Amino acid sequence: MMKNTKYNLIADSHKSEETKIKNAIIAFFTGGLIGLIGEGMIELFCLNFSMSRTDAGTLMIVVYIFIASLSTALGFFDKLVSICRCGLLIPITGFAHSMTSSSLDYKKEGPIYGIGSNMFKLAGSVIIYGVLAAWFFGLIRYLLGGSL
Amino acid sequence: MLLFNSFLFCGFICFISQIILDNSKLTPGHITSILVVIGAFLDTFNIYDEIVRRVGGGALIPITSFGHSLIHGALAKAESVGIIGIFMGMFDLTAAGITAAIIFSFINTLIFNPKD
Repeated sequence: MMKNTKYNLIADSHKSEETKIKNAIIAFFTGGLIGLIGEGMIELFCLNFSMSRTDAGTLMIVVYIFIASLSTALGFFDKLVSICRCGLLIPITGFAHSMTSSSLDYKKEGPIYGIGSNMFKLAGSVIIYGVLAAWFFGLIRYLLGGSL
Repeated sequence: MLLFNSFLFCGFICFISQIILDNSKLTPGHITSILVVIGAFLDTFNIYDEIVRRVGGGALIPITSFGHSLIHGALAKAESVGIIGIFMGMFDLTAAGITAAIIFSFINTLIFNPKD
């Protein structure tokens, strides 16, 4: 996902305005489609398995993670990402993609120093800054008082 | 209506991110981290809860929802056990997502080989 950062930076600076607009529109439609299917899944689970909305939302996220992880391992998710860019990286599919791709990349270095220590290589920053921000803002909110 | 709102909201977040990605030196890693912090910030004053209520599933999918779930779990636990709850409840709501990502990544890594 971020292996060719330097190359991408150079390539990005030579992009025309037209490509940027096209990229943004593609990202809008793929991201929107993922959101639409997600909400559809929630309504489907609610109706068919008589789940609460919260449980259905969790199941929907698990399903998306499964699909993204499997398609990354099969190899075609990377091709889709190079077309859709943020449309697939910003939804939860990007999180699953980064974990699976980094653990696949380091598979040859063994189960402990390869898979084990590199799985969160890219996704780790999301968790760390998420926890830091949530702890800090949560503390402020708790000290200010007020209920949820 | 929720379906349409989901489409618009999720698409909008991706649209903004793509514009930032194309017009700055930030990588997708920077943008996802920034969005998580924004999600946590918005939930500090229950704004993200209101968005989830109006948008539905579309608001749970972008990575902003991860920050929202972290702080929401922490505050819910803090409500019942006091200030130590901010430490205890942090991963309450995101546990399913993180666990699923670890399990599926590991199984898929064992089964498949990297393709180049």
